[in-house]
Amino acid sequence: MNGTLKLAFKLLVNDKGKYAALLVGIMFAVFLMVQMTSIFSGILAKSSSTVINLGAQVWVMDPAVNNVANSIPMPDYVLDAVRSINGVKYAVPLYSGGALVKLRSGVFQSVTVLGLDDNSLFGRPELIAGKIEDIYAENAFIAVQDAEINKLGDIQLGTDFELNDHRGVIVGIAKVTASGLFGIPTLYTTYSRAIQYIPSTRFTISYILVEPKNNDAISHIKEQVKLLGYEALTKEEFMQKIANYYKYQTGLGTNIFIMTIVSFLVGLSISGQTFYTFILENLEKFGALKAIGAKGHELVYMILFQATFTALIGYGLGVGLCTLIITIAKLKVPDYSANITYTTLAFAFAMVLIIAAISSYIGIRKVLKIEPFDIFRG
Amino acid sequence: MNPAVSAHELTKWFGEGDAKTFAVRGISFEAYFGEIFFIVGPSGSGKTTLLSMISGILRPNSGAVTIDSMDIWALKPDQIAEFRLNKVGFVFQDYHLFPRLTTAENVAIPLILKKRDWDESIREAAGYLEIVGLKNKAELPPMKLSGGEQQRVAIARALISQPDILIFDEPTASLDGDTGRRIMDFVKTSVLNDKRCILIVTHDSRIFEFADRIMKMEDGKIVGIENRRNGAE
Repeated sequence: MNGTLKLAFKLLVNDKGKYAALLVGIMFAVFLMVQMTSIFSGILAKSSSTVINLGAQVWVMDPAVNNVANSIPMPDYVLDAVRSINGVKYAVPLYSGGALVKLRSGVFQSVTVLGLDDNSLFGRPELIAGKIEDIYAENAFIAVQDAEINKLGDIQLGTDFELNDHRGVIVGIAKVTASGLFGIPTLYTTYSRAIQYIPSTRFTISYILVEPKNNDAISHIKEQVKLLGYEALTKEEFMQKIANYYKYQTGLGTNIFIMTIVSFLVGLSISGQTFYTFILENLEKFGALKAIGAKGHELVYMILFQATFTALIGYGLGVGLCTLIITIAKLKVPDYSANITYTTLAFAFAMVLIIAAISSYIGIRKVLKIEPFDIFRG
Repeated sequence: MNPAVSAHELTKWFGEGDAKTFAVRGISFEAYFGEIFFIVGPSGSGKTTLLSMISGILRPNSGAVTIDSMDIWALKPDQIAEFRLNKVGFVFQDYHLFPRLTTAENVAIPLILKKRDWDESIREAAGYLEIVGLKNKAELPPMKLSGGEQQRVAIARALISQPDILIFDEPTASLDGDTGRRIMDFVKTSVLNDKRCILIVTHDSRIFEFADRIMKMEDGKIVGIENRRNGAE
């Protein structure tokens, strides 16, 4: 390490009380920012779980649909029309809806039922128990092994339940990439069984899942679907639409944003104030360094180094603490939704750099203003 | 004799208009290698301002300071900082030692600012601590030392860059009489040499006996220079 920077390092870390206060301030701010944005990210990921798990490239829906759980049923002719569009390799219907099942114990439990196309089973999950072809068996359902499955009791192959006076039997247990947001179990069955067992409106297709012949065909498909009065979205666009719904129409995004800004301000005020005090206490010493022969830019480097070093250590501690808390929370509360993503880490990192920049700016201004003559004058 | 410092018509004022106050008015003098030159006078007489202009810390409004055949106020700010680092050693009134650094690290600061290797600088600092009689205190923080010892640390820090000019600002102001005399005795016998000029600003008449020459100031002007070796000039 360069001697001047080592000097700055020692001046910083040897003042243990101030250094600890600086670290705690930044760690706390990073913890809150990462925690808030991770919770939001987790909620967004879970809100799009059906889209992620089914994996269709293009989704056709009513334009008024704003999240996957609130589908608006479409008439059957839309499916035929979509199938006839140039560039569509195949298109299949999907049923998505909620139902109430009565367990053996007599307990009623809400579930999400996904009805897959009978012919192709497009979007079928990967099974960890049972065989996929058993889905065609009488009353067959596949349960998803996620954080919510225990709400269906001690579920095994052959476990039965009641759904709208119909018997249901678990013939498979599946694993999925993402679990749902609403804290209820998910059951897969065939499209025809889903609309037969669950009371529905005149129209029954929740979504049409489209596989385009190639990526170039997607824009044409979207145009043609629009002419039908419906909307075709790619998987990413649909996820973005769902995210936008939670961000801007539920108040969730605004609240998280406010909390994140508050976290930033808390971190900035603690670190900025402590760093300012640290500089003030050492102001005469910086003046003495100037008198001895330190150049202005060397003092600026020293302060920038101190601020950046503290920020990076505080960032590491904050991210570590957040990871620890989220890990513990997920162990204790299986459906706890928080994802630390590269985006949340990058966001917190940028915020920490801003905190470091503002804190050091205040210090640098003070240090550059101090005249060595003031040291002589006392 | 070759002058170490040559000040010519130095003038400094603060404020403008009605608030304009002269701190130093057209002072000229020379200080030589191998002498201890005292600048004395009552508070507000301009001695600290004068010392600051000589040492490259405070820019005069007019006049020149020549050191090593160089008009220091013709240099750029970074060059003046470089000049201070290489040519001038400071012993501040309050020492201005860093409480969070060890004694050796404090002494090594000028070398570190000269971009010398850290460990090498600390080793060299330990050598200078030995010169000032603090060999065993290298690892202690300055706050664990007495006032006299802190003064010696400050002297070691000023000496380590082997400056031509050593500047003491009220060196005995924070010390009792005996310690002050011991420090001055040490400066006279161990710090002063033929290639060094020591300038001391002080109020303390008890240490005047260590001066080779004493320049008396009042109201920003020289009122007399007393040669302690050869009588008044």
